[in-house]
Amino acid sequence: MTVTDFSRRGLLKLSAATIALATTGLPALAAGIDDLVIANNVNLPSWNPTLGTSAVNPTIQGIYQSVFDMFIAQDTDLSQAPGILTDWGWNADQTKVEMTVREGVTWHDGSPLTAEDVVWSLERAADPEGGNPIQFIWSTIGNFEVSGNQITGDVLRFEPTIFKWMSFLTGYVLPKAYIEKNGQEGFEAAPIGSGPYMVEKYERNAFIRLKAYDGYWGQAPEFKTVTIKFVTDATARVAEVESGNAHVTLEMPSEEFDRLRAGSLVGVAQPISDIGMIFFNDIDVMKDPNVRRAAVKAVNKQAIVDRLLSGYGVAIDTLQTPDYTAFDASVTTPYDPEGAKELLAASGYSTDNPVRFTIQTTRGFKPKDYEVIQAIVGLWRKVGIEAEIEVYEIAKHYELRATDTLAPAAFYNWGNSIGDPTTSTGFAMFGPSPHSVWDGEDLVGMIAPLWGEADEAKRIEGWKAVDRKIADDALVLPLFQYVQPILHAPGIKVVPHASGALLPHLMTRS
Amino acid sequence: MTLIRIILKRLLSMSITLIGVAVIVFFIIRIVPGNPIAMMLPPGAGEEDIARLKALYGFDKTLPEQFLIWVRGILGGDFGTSITSRQPVMSLVLGRLPATLELSIMALVMAVMIGGALALIGTRQRGGKAEALIDVTNGVSLSVPDFLWGLLFILLFGVLWPVFHISGRVSPALDLPFVTNFYLFESLLRLRFDIWLDLVSHMFMPALALAIPLAAIIAQLLKQSLKETMHLDYVTLARTKGYSENHVILREALPNAILPTLTLVGVQFTFLIGGTVIIERLFSYEGLGNMAIDAVINRDLPLIQGIVILFAVIFTTVNLLVDLTYALLNPRLRHG
Repeated sequence: MTVTDFSRRGLLKLSAATIALATTGLPALAAGIDDLVIANNVNLPSWNPTLGTSAVNPTIQGIYQSVFDMFIAQDTDLSQAPGILTDWGWNADQTKVEMTVREGVTWHDGSPLTAEDVVWSLERAADPEGGNPIQFIWSTIGNFEVSGNQITGDVLRFEPTIFKWMSFLTGYVLPKAYIEKNGQEGFEAAPIGSGPYMVEKYERNAFIRLKAYDGYWGQAPEFKTVTIKFVTDATARVAEVESGNAHVTLEMPSEEFDRLRAGSLVGVAQPISDIGMIFFNDIDVMKDPNVRRAAVKAVNKQAIVDRLLSGYGVAIDTLQTPDYTAFDASVTTPYDPEGAKELLAASGYSTDNPVRFTIQTTRGFKPKDYEVIQAIVGLWRKVGIEAEIEVYEIAKHYELRATDTLAPAAFYNWGNSIGDPTTSTGFAMFGPSPHSVWDGEDLVGMIAPLWGEADEAKRIEGWKAVDRKIADDALVLPLFQYVQPILHAPGIKVVPHASGALLPHLMTRS
Repeated sequence: MTLIRIILKRLLSMSITLIGVAVIVFFIIRIVPGNPIAMMLPPGAGEEDIARLKALYGFDKTLPEQFLIWVRGILGGDFGTSITSRQPVMSLVLGRLPATLELSIMALVMAVMIGGALALIGTRQRGGKAEALIDVTNGVSLSVPDFLWGLLFILLFGVLWPVFHISGRVSPALDLPFVTNFYLFESLLRLRFDIWLDLVSHMFMPALALAIPLAAIIAQLLKQSLKETMHLDYVTLARTKGYSENHVILREALPNAILPTLTLVGVQFTFLIGGTVIIERLFSYEGLGNMAIDAVINRDLPLIQGIVILFAVIFTTVNLLVDLTYALLNPRLRHG
């Protein structure tokens, strides 16, 4: 036997073995879809929805909401709905909060969910030593009293959005007795909630297997088992659905979305509560209102949405999307390149003598983020603005923003899944907030009284006035509302949620 | 005696290396922009909230104080607690290490098999079209980075001809009766071939993507060594004795020619483990590399430190083993 013969035969044997091995180990394809498989774009680092970085990570709230209930539920259009709390509000003089706990709800271990669990969860969230990042909100109410399924508590500092936060970050009801018995570590190792699904298996960085909870108080989930695979790479995620290994996935390039939904897969694309925006820091040339106004007028947002995002976006002129409570369609900042040139000329700038500054952006953190900024820089150049692009990591953005050291312009995406103006315009533009880089005293003066405004109509009108001032003075450059692409196999109906959460209990067989 | 001295010397330098790595990683990751507290700040957090969170995670102390606390913890076997997962770093890192080791070893075995086979065929067919084809294949294999191989395999064997799993380490539907995280090894010991096949089906594409560049290096080096050895007198003597060409290559030339390749394989193994970072991410393989990327994105400083220290221990240990093996095989080194 020659070496060549040996190799050829060996290779043939190897190939045959490989094929046999691969075929035997083939994944089960989507026949019948009893076990719904979702290729998710992010990992779940921890099963504690109220502590650490995971608690304030909007992208994993959908997983939490499959297992845990929030104090107050949220419909797909961001409006609040009865959940564990069936009724909530203030007393007449707004010195007390009053809540009614749903009866007949049970934890996944079968024990009843009581008003004591709700109070314990609220008090735990408000504990300064407890590590809840939203403690500053939860600590505005306290001294709770329970009578049956009724809870009353004192308003320690009036916070108009306290009930909205009950559908937002860290607003989860957790099992008091179970955590006290098993400790924090025991809870995270084998978490139980009162949501539609129970955790059957959890492999960190790999997958979660969920099993429908028969005792769930709401609509029973149609899919009895759900596997959520963590597939962080977009190419692999798309391949998972294309090959039939997964039935649902989300967050892929718009070109891939269009290609695949033109084939055998079904696509859903709906605007979500995330927006793309450019912070203006009131330093250097950004102190000049002509420069800021020109920078806003020179950007053709609709063209960017159409050409770069393939139409998957909604151009916006304030930090409120049309779904938000304080959205005001009358506040607009139209595309006006000639107007931009005139403004710049008034400050001595032109295409021959452009105003120069740095714009920071992420690259690949959000779809087409860098390309969007490149396009904006191109549009600016035409009117006399020469911006230099600096790419940074999202972690650096957070640090620079917290220390108020962002460049004169910085791209960011802002999420606000409760749609309240405090959690969009408020925190983004209020100077003393660690998330704002605009320190103008006039704006601080307008916003400050709104934090504790008890008259809801007056509060919302106040925020609309703030947004109008921001637009008039060009203190920020809102760009577009993101549209979330979801691909799924035929035979499944996926109901998107405006918060961006992909919720398996809303999925049904079509 | 000389060998013991070599071991002691290498252990000393290994310790110094590890201390250096610990110091560098600790301070470097605190100097680079991005801190975990800024990342977990909710909208509306005030100065008090920031201070409270800093105190909670120990970032309110000075850098030297933080370093001393960390070092004291390490000496007591405590590498700290992950900020994102709130689990002990040691258990997280050791829990993922077996997955990465199994993937790396599988890739190494594939690389040796592919590279060795190409080298033998190239030597047997030296000067012919087969050798030219192997040289071209080697060139292509070396020029294409491993993650591109991974993408190609996903398209070929994941989508167009879906025979292998695209992501993960094992199918979620399988119940694993294992007591260790060395799933591949333990499934064989327990004769659970169903799980073993499932594991291999998940590992095949990432392992092959990692293996191809290394296979090309092995093929080049081994073929070159074999060709040089084939001109030595003792090989010519074997030929004149009437041994077949296959016998001459496999029995006479290969044992001598393989030594430099073995040394290279040892060194390359450490690079292979480093290469798992991107490949694990691409295939969502639940190993150390994938965890490292998440840790960096989330600025999970204790976890980054733990992973880097573990990688450093692996690198230095493998290098030590390579040196010792070389010393054992080379009498001149063994006897000073």
